[in-house]
Amino acid sequence: MARTGLFGSSLVKKYWMALTGLFLISFLVVHATVNAMIFFNDGGVTFNEAAHFMGTNPLIRAMEFVLFAGLILHIVDGLILWSQNRAARPVKYAMEKGSANRSWYSASMGILGTLLLLFLMLHLWHFWVKSRITGLREIEGMPGHDNLYIEMVEVFAHPVPVVLYVLGCFSLFWHLLHGFQSAFQSVGINHKRYTPIIKMVGAGFSIVISALFASMPVSMYLGWIK
Amino acid sequence: MGNMKLNLKIWRQAGPNDKGQMKDYPVSNVSEDMSFLEMLDVLNDDIVRKGEDPIAFDHDCREGICGSCSLFINGEAHGPGKGITTCQLHMRRFKDGDTIHVEPWRSAAFPVIKDLATNRGAFDRIQAAGGFVSVNTSGNLVDGNAVPIPKDDADKAFDAATCIGCGACVASCPNGSAMLFTAAKVSQLSLLPQGKPERKRRALAMVEQMDKEGFGNCSAIGACEVECPKNISLEHIARLNREYLAATVTKE
Amino acid sequence: MSKLDSKIPPGPIDKKWTDHKGHIRIVAPANKRRIDIIVVGTGLAGGAAAASLAEMGYNVKAFCFQDSARRAHSIAAQGGINAAKNYQNDGDSTYRLFYDTVKGGDYRAREANVYRLAEVSANIIDQCVAQGVPFARDYGGLLDNRSFGGVQVSRTFYARGQTGQQLLLGAYSALMRQVGKGAVQMFDRHEMLDVVVVDGKARGIIARNLITGEIERHGAHAVLLCTGGYGNVFFLSTNAMGSNVTAAWKAHKRGAYFGNPCYTQIHPTCIPVSGTHQSKLTLMSESLRNDGRIWVPKNIEDAKAIRDGKKKGSDIAEGDRDYYLERRYPAFGNLVPRDVASRAAKERCDAGYGVNKTGEAVYLDFSAAIERYGKLEANVKKIENASQEQVRELGTSVVSEKYGNLFEMYENIVGEDPYKHAMKIYPAVHYTMGGLWVDYNLQTTVPGLFCLGEANFSDHGANRLGASALMQGLADGYFVIPYTVGDYLADDIRTGPIKTNTPEFDAAEKDVKDRINHFLNNKGTKPVDDFHRRLGKVMWDKCGMARNAQGLQEAIMEIRQIREEFYRDVRVPGKAGEFNQELEKAGRVADFLELGELMCVDALHRNESCGGHFREEFAETDGPQQGEAKRDDTNYAYVAAWEWMGDAGKANLHKEALEFNEVKLTQRSYK
Repeated sequence: MARTGLFGSSLVKKYWMALTGLFLISFLVVHATVNAMIFFNDGGVTFNEAAHFMGTNPLIRAMEFVLFAGLILHIVDGLILWSQNRAARPVKYAMEKGSANRSWYSASMGILGTLLLLFLMLHLWHFWVKSRITGLREIEGMPGHDNLYIEMVEVFAHPVPVVLYVLGCFSLFWHLLHGFQSAFQSVGINHKRYTPIIKMVGAGFSIVISALFASMPVSMYLGWIK
Repeated sequence: MGNMKLNLKIWRQAGPNDKGQMKDYPVSNVSEDMSFLEMLDVLNDDIVRKGEDPIAFDHDCREGICGSCSLFINGEAHGPGKGITTCQLHMRRFKDGDTIHVEPWRSAAFPVIKDLATNRGAFDRIQAAGGFVSVNTSGNLVDGNAVPIPKDDADKAFDAATCIGCGACVASCPNGSAMLFTAAKVSQLSLLPQGKPERKRRALAMVEQMDKEGFGNCSAIGACEVECPKNISLEHIARLNREYLAATVTKE
Repeated sequence: MSKLDSKIPPGPIDKKWTDHKGHIRIVAPANKRRIDIIVVGTGLAGGAAAASLAEMGYNVKAFCFQDSARRAHSIAAQGGINAAKNYQNDGDSTYRLFYDTVKGGDYRAREANVYRLAEVSANIIDQCVAQGVPFARDYGGLLDNRSFGGVQVSRTFYARGQTGQQLLLGAYSALMRQVGKGAVQMFDRHEMLDVVVVDGKARGIIARNLITGEIERHGAHAVLLCTGGYGNVFFLSTNAMGSNVTAAWKAHKRGAYFGNPCYTQIHPTCIPVSGTHQSKLTLMSESLRNDGRIWVPKNIEDAKAIRDGKKKGSDIAEGDRDYYLERRYPAFGNLVPRDVASRAAKERCDAGYGVNKTGEAVYLDFSAAIERYGKLEANVKKIENASQEQVRELGTSVVSEKYGNLFEMYENIVGEDPYKHAMKIYPAVHYTMGGLWVDYNLQTTVPGLFCLGEANFSDHGANRLGASALMQGLADGYFVIPYTVGDYLADDIRTGPIKTNTPEFDAAEKDVKDRINHFLNNKGTKPVDDFHRRLGKVMWDKCGMARNAQGLQEAIMEIRQIREEFYRDVRVPGKAGEFNQELEKAGRVADFLELGELMCVDALHRNESCGGHFREEFAETDGPQQGEAKRDDTNYAYVAAWEWMGDAGKANLHKEALEFNEVKLTQRSYK
């Protein structure tokens, strides 16, 4: 299998993985910020306004394509890496003591990514498909303004989606915990002084972003947000 | 002779095309002063006396520097213990009655020759692709002190250069990647002024060869660094990533 | 009887090599392409030679039995490499390095060769730096040096405790560069099993592919043997398990004379044997003797109590310790040369003062150094009235900084903390100064067959100085053979490729196959190692650190006995056409069983003591040097070159007289 050229070599694939990963991380920040508007607990007024802005601003709509492209590249690249890595060890060890030399999650990025993808499909089905394709209910008295908030309230009134969403966030946490710092390593940033900081920031980010996302369905289900 | 008894489970494979399987070998009279390989010597001695085929495994210097020995013991490259090769592993790390799994390095790029011996020629080919400084070996040279090298750079280059090419990095990487090996050489030579003129060519050529050999891709898991008998750091992989990125971007 | 012609060029010693290079014939670039050279072994000498010759344009085929050229045993050298650079401005010079080497070799080396070695030594460092060898440097960015092996200047270049590794990887990278270009064809996992001589010239080899078992013929215009030393004849040594004499021995049997086989270097600081399972011995760097003090108990009862486990070294009061090196050699103390230190340890242990279970170990104690450094450190840190505990702690950290990796290695092997308990050490076989006889051009007595590095006999006389082995390997490979081989090959530019379908190749291949088949068809009962271990014990006991006529005569008989039993009772399982490590071992041990006898014959004939060869009968009987080695320059200032006559015991002796025009022969005194 020839794996050369700008898109083919193992390292270039890693650069793409890192860059798309960092890009998706930036998306998570925006997404979490917008969603966090629900915590104003104003019946979704601020949130819906933000959602309306995100859904109508042409620049952001354009970015949505870039986002999907990045996501697909991340996924496809990941699948190629995964299949090549599997092919690199055709005969498995009879006994392998991974705990001796690695964290389980760093070696499980493929599985965590797959779980995230499943979660993402569910998530898109719940909100994006309705918002962009099949259409949402409008906010009373505000024509052209979708009521995404009420959609959330309804979805998260049931325990099953809440549990699935929390599990999704849990996968996200582990995926980010390795992915964040690994992206820096992949593009060649590793320094005795700064790498520990990157790792700390990465761990902090993974906790905060996952906890923040997970708290939304939980808060709604428990009625903390009305 | 000592009095430890062990139950070994050892990979037996008659040749490259044989399927191979784990086989049980009880051994007794193991002394805790023995090295792991000496314990295998005792077992082989027994096997030969019975007229059977002894277990093939690579070994040579038995002092941790030649890089020949390459056993995957109880789920770890070079067995338990950090910063040592298989030949430096001693039986006092095990207890009487222990069961010990012994397997060869497992990698598509390191086909098994027989039992526990594998073919690591892929490493030589990576080296031949660019792991050198293109300097004539019999010409007129500049004085060794003509170009001062900062001590830190020389020390770091040395740290990378201690690689013994054993393949533990590949064996312990869940992805079967050879990045630590390749990075160690690229890193050593890119840190030294003598290696700088051809650093781009070197990074591109060595990675290309590494990929051709069928190794997996690095995903910064770090198992290689932990199992490396010479404690070579992931920093060197980052340096290779950097070198290769610069070379790829500026390539004409 | 042929007269040995050393081909030493005429003229003053410092002009010989330059003049010689200027006058010998060379092969034009276009003609080099028509010439094939086989290089066997890829250590410092072989790796450097193969890379250099390919660079020059010859077609090179390189062979090694290891799975990669990078694993040759040069890799294990720890200390460093000497070079007369005089970077430290401490009065070093080519002449001084030359002088030290001749004197250290106890005046049994060829002056012209040694001078050339000293002359090219400086180039080696430049060459290695250019290749990217990361030598130790000081803060100014310049190359660092240390003093090594008891000489008076700092001329040793080093790369932490892994100098051999770094130099070998340098040569290996140069070799791989040529492999990548197709200029060298690399045959790893191939073992040379015979030299093929056609019309009196070496024209190829028979090699076994160790993976498939296939017997291959390789023709060439010249064959270079760079196959290392034969210390494994002793079974236990610091050599790698695979190190063997087979290539050199087969060459010997095809007409190459074997020079000074009995000169063996026994290194004083190795980890002692722990049991019958022992497969090899591990060297602890000589540098440890800079700070460690060597001792055994003064009272034999104490030694006995230690052996029985009733006492520990630390229980022995200062006054009851015998620092025997300091006692016997007040001027050099613990830093006497290797041969002297080794013999002194053996003398104490033989007298019953050994300190481990087997009675074959002495203490190498750092407690005095720890205390000394601790007090200094306490002063530096301005700690007044530091407690004993504090001093120890401070001292331990200083010692750990200097020798930490060695201490770790020791603890790992022995399972005892050397900071708390004195290390136990004992001498072990380390290097063989003897080897195939070569002339100034490194050519053996078989035209077209050259020998480089430890495998030849040439540069170290009867004892090698520390950090000189690496120097010789690289000098031969990078800077000598590229010139001298051309002189020989100049006659071969019209020869054309060497055919391998000739009767000579047929016969050599048949010999090889017959030997292999004998082993495999032998219905014996004992594994190869049994015989090897027995041979090793005879060699160690009777042809080791101290030898005497009676012991050597007994050894010769015993070795013959073992050899006879070996061929009758060895069991080699498996088949010829497969990866068969027992078969590999059998072939090597067969050759050791012949070489061992020749070593004893050589040791028996040399009625003097010099360097690594100590004959108990030839020691000073009185005066201040009582008990020390007694050389006989009147009768034995020659190289003993042995010619194979069909049996190891019947070898024919040729003498190359050694002339010393530059260096005055004196007794080595370390008192």
